[in-house]
Amino acid sequence: MSKGLPEARTDAAMSELVPEPRPKPAVPMKPVSINSNLLGYIGIDTIIEQMRKKTMKTGFDFNIMVVGQSGLGKSTLVNTLFKSQVSRKASSWNREEKIPKTVEIKAVGHVIEEGGVKMKLTVIDTPGFGDQINNENCWEPIEKYINEQYEKFLKEEVNIARKKRIPDTRVHCCLYFISPTGHSLRPLDLEFMKHLSKVVNIIPVIAKADTMTLEEKSEFKQRVRKELEVNGIEFYPQKEFDEDLEDKTENDKIRQESMPFAVVGSDKEYQVNGKRVLGRKTPWGIIEVENLNHCEFALLRDFVIRTHLQDLKEVTHNIHYETYRAKRLNDNGGLPPGEGLLGTVLPPVPATPCPTAE
Amino acid sequence: MSKQQPAQFINPETPGYVGFANLPNQVHRKSVKKGFEFTLMVVGESGLGKSTLINSLFLTDLYPERIIPGAAEKIERTVQIEASTVEIEERGVKLRLTVVDTPGYGDAINCRDCFKTIISYIDEQFERYLHDESGLNRRHIIDNRVHCCFYFISPFGHGLKPLDVAFMKAIHNKVNIVPVIAKADTLTLKERERLKKRILDEIEEHSIKIYHLPDAESDEDEDFKEQTRLLKASIPFSVVGSNQLIEAKGKKVRGRLYPWGVVEVENPEHNDFLKLRTMLITHMQDLQEVTQDLHYENFRSERLKRGGRKVENDDMNKDQILLEKEAELRRMQEMIARMQAQMQLQMQGGDGDGGVHGHHV
Repeated sequence: MSKGLPEARTDAAMSELVPEPRPKPAVPMKPVSINSNLLGYIGIDTIIEQMRKKTMKTGFDFNIMVVGQSGLGKSTLVNTLFKSQVSRKASSWNREEKIPKTVEIKAVGHVIEEGGVKMKLTVIDTPGFGDQINNENCWEPIEKYINEQYEKFLKEEVNIARKKRIPDTRVHCCLYFISPTGHSLRPLDLEFMKHLSKVVNIIPVIAKADTMTLEEKSEFKQRVRKELEVNGIEFYPQKEFDEDLEDKTENDKIRQESMPFAVVGSDKEYQVNGKRVLGRKTPWGIIEVENLNHCEFALLRDFVIRTHLQDLKEVTHNIHYETYRAKRLNDNGGLPPGEGLLGTVLPPVPATPCPTAE
Repeated sequence: MSKQQPAQFINPETPGYVGFANLPNQVHRKSVKKGFEFTLMVVGESGLGKSTLINSLFLTDLYPERIIPGAAEKIERTVQIEASTVEIEERGVKLRLTVVDTPGYGDAINCRDCFKTIISYIDEQFERYLHDESGLNRRHIIDNRVHCCFYFISPFGHGLKPLDVAFMKAIHNKVNIVPVIAKADTLTLKERERLKKRILDEIEEHSIKIYHLPDAESDEDEDFKEQTRLLKASIPFSVVGSNQLIEAKGKKVRGRLYPWGVVEVENPEHNDFLKLRTMLITHMQDLQEVTQDLHYENFRSERLKRGGRKVENDDMNKDQILLEKEAELRRMQEMIARMQAQMQLQMQGGDGDGGVHGHHV
């Protein structure tokens, strides 16, 4: 883990009463540096071990939202990501499982443990998105849900008697599933990402990538990247939040070459070359999910879980949450919510209109 | 001359042979000379491989200069109708194939109006044929009516989408619908079976009338009967299209090359492309007949019942009402003028009478 200490940065950001709309993580003043190796070993570096032990004991929350038309393999992919049945599988092929008439938000929580570390994972599904004939504003329930979670956290924060560890239900990561048409993005994709990239970390993912040959895949990815850029959509990792050169080069490579990840999901195992692998069996071959020659699932998994998990949480807390908080405090005249002028209580921020003149 | 034997053409080959058994050959020769016309409409969301499939079916490139628009452009676009005609000749038989494409279908965020354009196109073709048929010169009627509509269903969903159901219900009385599952190489065999069953269930649930292959006649040979049975069991067809030649197992086949294997377009174990092609070719005549006998006749009786007037148009009605009102106004004005003239006369003539009528001007 090469990410810095979260505590110090949080304090610095919250010391301002009414910060600017999108505060960058405040850089603390550079202290005078003493190289301890010259004078003898002090033991400061053991703090990393102390933090690790603490994290292992307390565990952590991670909330991931999946958005996309029905049938794009969202539930299967999340199950594959976390190697367990954590998602409500819509593909149960029941006659009763109809497409809902409006977008619903369904959150399912699980506790997963690995190497002594406990993770409370919540998968938020959005059935009904993009499935109707008229899909106008179908992103509004999703935006409302995300803002509601920020509101919940804010209320806890401004409480006089605060909980030691505020339960974090804020959405840390939103996987947006793009249909692999091979042509371009759809108007609905653009509209959704335009609206939501300002409130949550969006990671665009090309679903069911076994539809495309290698050339089609790279052409499609290039086209999608270009469209996202032309339309000013900032997906995670956002350029403006790269802190140092190391982050920038690493993230640039991901942004310009790998993303959007073209993935295939599966929860079935097959025997290939003597090993059991997750895959899909077709009459013309077996598609291996974790084989980088077949699809980019392994890249997505490493990105979301192994390298950028903590960063996703931090950007959500320091950037998106702070933006929401600032807006709320400004609307409420600089006072925390619940204490309006003459004791009135203002409602949470409604869905933001498409940012055209910002 | 014996009274029992009626006058016959005397044919040296067989006694009693008249020769009208030759009629089908004459028809066949005439139609071969005339050529066949067939109009095929393809409908489906963009990116489902419609153009690739059409090119694969007819081994041609119907869309040489194609520009695929980006998502931002698609936001403003409405559904359009693009018809391209190609003449295919095979062993002396000419086919004039028209493929009607519907770009823009299903792209917009709000797709409520996306099938209006398509339905009015189909109706227009019927209207034109009706007009030609009722006209004076009926020798060269061009048949542009849509004989068959391939409706492309996305393989990514769990069955039919609300838009699919709404569209098919709107046109199942106007055109033969053949549902096709596109990009079938996305699915494993089990997933394919499940999807086919689900689609058939939903079609039945919503009472959608798709094109039914006619059963083989009892006097056809066993092979043909078996083939028809297989075709009927595979509906909706799940297809893969491609015109690229790939090397597989030592020979060149049309297919798609993946890192994990090659999908062969013409391999019946991989997809139903061959079945779709067979169905289309062997039932082209039947599709035309059903269009003529069922859909066109439906349209015709509806239209003639409406009194042969032009399609109901609010503006037209308003114009008519205006004209009628104007005519009425003119009549009233004439009447007033006449009454005034009458009164004048009476005035002049009635001066002497001294107010018999008691009217003062």
